[in-house]
Amino acid sequence: MSTTLLRSARLASSLSSISRTFLHQGLPVKHLHTSLKTHYAASGSPPPAEGFLPGVANSQLIKHTHHDALRNPELAGVANGETKKMNTFQAINDAMRIALATDDTACVFGEDVGFGGVFRCTMGLAETFGRDRVFNTPLTEQGIAGFGIGMAAMGSTAIAEIQFADYIFPAFDQIVNEAAKYRYRSGGEFNVGSLCIRTPCGAVGHGGHYHSQSPEAYFAHTPGIKVVVPRGPIQAKGLLLASIRDRNPTIFMEPKILYRAAVEMVPVGDYELPLGKAEILTQGKDLTIVGWGAQLYVLENAIQLAQKKMPGLSVELIDLRSILPWDVETVCNSVNKTGRLLIAHEAPKTQGFAAEIASTVMERCFLRLEAPIQRLCSYDTPFPLVFEKFHVPDMIRCAEGIERAMKF
Amino acid sequence: MLSTQKISLAKVAAKAFITPLTIRTFASSAARNVSINLHEKSFESYNCEAPALDVEISKEELVRMYKSMVTMRRMEMASDGLYKAKLIRGFCHLCTGQEAVAVGMETALTAEDKIITAYRCHGFTYMRGGSITSILAELLGRKAGISGGKGGSMHMFTPNFFGGNGIVGAQVPLGAGIAFAQKYQGHKAATFSLYGDGASNQGQVFEAYNMAKLWELPAVFVCENNRYGMGTAANRSSANTSYFKRGDYIPGLKVNGMDVLAVHQAVAYAKEWTVSGKGPLLLEMETYRYGGHSMSDPGTTYRTREEIQHMRSNNDPITGLKQRLLEFNIITEDEMKAIDKAARVEVDQAVEEAKASGEPDISEFWTQIYQKGTGVPYVRGREPEEFHRY
Repeated sequence: MSTTLLRSARLASSLSSISRTFLHQGLPVKHLHTSLKTHYAASGSPPPAEGFLPGVANSQLIKHTHHDALRNPELAGVANGETKKMNTFQAINDAMRIALATDDTACVFGEDVGFGGVFRCTMGLAETFGRDRVFNTPLTEQGIAGFGIGMAAMGSTAIAEIQFADYIFPAFDQIVNEAAKYRYRSGGEFNVGSLCIRTPCGAVGHGGHYHSQSPEAYFAHTPGIKVVVPRGPIQAKGLLLASIRDRNPTIFMEPKILYRAAVEMVPVGDYELPLGKAEILTQGKDLTIVGWGAQLYVLENAIQLAQKKMPGLSVELIDLRSILPWDVETVCNSVNKTGRLLIAHEAPKTQGFAAEIASTVMERCFLRLEAPIQRLCSYDTPFPLVFEKFHVPDMIRCAEGIERAMKF
Repeated sequence: MLSTQKISLAKVAAKAFITPLTIRTFASSAARNVSINLHEKSFESYNCEAPALDVEISKEELVRMYKSMVTMRRMEMASDGLYKAKLIRGFCHLCTGQEAVAVGMETALTAEDKIITAYRCHGFTYMRGGSITSILAELLGRKAGISGGKGGSMHMFTPNFFGGNGIVGAQVPLGAGIAFAQKYQGHKAATFSLYGDGASNQGQVFEAYNMAKLWELPAVFVCENNRYGMGTAANRSSANTSYFKRGDYIPGLKVNGMDVLAVHQAVAYAKEWTVSGKGPLLLEMETYRYGGHSMSDPGTTYRTREEIQHMRSNNDPITGLKQRLLEFNIITEDEMKAIDKAARVEVDQAVEEAKASGEPDISEFWTQIYQKGTGVPYVRGREPEEFHRY
């Protein structure tokens, strides 16, 4: 994460407003890519005040080119294939397309999925695979979950959509008491492994109380299910296919702000990414940072900010990818190497998933820790309407957290 | 909806209603009352008698209804403009076209009756005592907003109006609970729980029906059937689109929700029914929204423009009442124009006042999570040393 990379000049507004606003802008990648190229070597104009351009579109984590994308060892299976520029909802659409094509029993259902879905994730599926396989349900989350569980108990692949993660709570009983416990309580007679529930989650700038929540912590507390959160198109497609095909009921939480903001060259072939395995995005030796979903881009910017104050700071950024089961080994190995840990997420602090990670790392790496584990999470309030920017851990807060961890 | 001038022998008992908005005058002379005959298709009943088709109502009341609907429509149009100007962000669900339901309901009820509805709540908030300024300020997220700017479009409340709720269907069992408390506390009043055609398939709605009937609660369940649950037509979401019959063991009444007098009549009837101890009742208001589900929905991808135009031209609640007012010589065209103009001025002024209001103070971020002084001693923030102590 070198700050010597010169970027095209921009007039930046105040630091605090950049953090979230750029995530929304969805600047066309093509434009930015060209401008990055032309201004790569040297520029007559001064670099931006922070020394970097924040936001998803400018992120180093996004694979803008074919070769960048395929350089990933996890994509060995499609290493010789072609890639196509897709944003997150297109990648998710592609994953479902492949799932429906390769599995005759697979069905996609949920509110408004027939016409393409409120976020366009199911565009064209009904036309291609038929309305008996891709269909709308009435407005009934508990019904959708229960119905999906029943289908999966019969062995069919059920890909259910809950329109917003905030609405998943009527289905909570079905997921926790039925889906998660089916295999266990029937002694293996039945299972609902072929159930996958997809739902958009996360802050979006104007979502307010009921269109912004990140409920992964509630579900992480439930043995029997898996919880997965992708950070971009390539990850989303691979992880979704893995989630659908995994023989355990899985909840796939898609950060809705990334649907359009994250655009990558995604392999068009059929590939899966491993569940339960975190990915180390950047190697480092001073500090381990763990995050998932959209927060990773905030953390990337926070690292860049912190590196201005602490040049040479070497950070290991880890994308957890799977919340349940989470990759304890990778995180602990990293903390054993660096001695410092920072975790950030959008959900409120008390009993957020960072608490689980912090406890486990404390147990495993106690003697190795050089500083208290930093948890950068949202305030313990309901997700606010106008106060959103204060509520969530933005890049300034995360940068301060990095400083605290390093200067202990 | 033809109305013929007829001296009715069956009189609807004149009651003096006191609402936060208006103090009704007791219509003492028959000349100040009008008898209006509703269209025979205004009601359809299920396991109960339909209310009488002749409505006796004072001229003042009719004019007030007209004024309320016009003001409500102006307010929603102002919200539309503010949203497009990006002063309102997030979600905004307008009730343009559905004014008759809120107005007809309010005129038939008292302040003691309670109303709870879902997110298409601006009209109800206004009728239940919310000022236009406070509603618009809430939409803009300002301090002067009715929820202090903390709720937004979907979360507006007044002392006898329980919102304004975001999760579809969740407000219906709440309504049953409110009705229970009213019965328990001996209020001679009813609770009206509104929900839409889309929400009618939520399991919790049926749970609420059951509790209400089991315990004979003064609960009136009102399905505002505007034919579309967001983009899904009623017949594509519901196996049974006769929403007034979905209560099964609860009697029901289907009402022409575009006719404010039909709504008024039905709601008065429903209140009488529940308060006299007959238990819950189900009303289905057949209504229509001209706009989309919310400001992000153009409203034309799942229905034809002809349909919207047809409803506007033939079934508009304001036009319908206007015709009645003129036909019965209650007010003149000029007086009507004056009311229209006054409404516009009132709403424009409220827009300015709302815009002038500042954003809520950051200290409000931490208030009202728990009851003041009894909650957590401090709220933990984004980083380890970040606390808000009370």
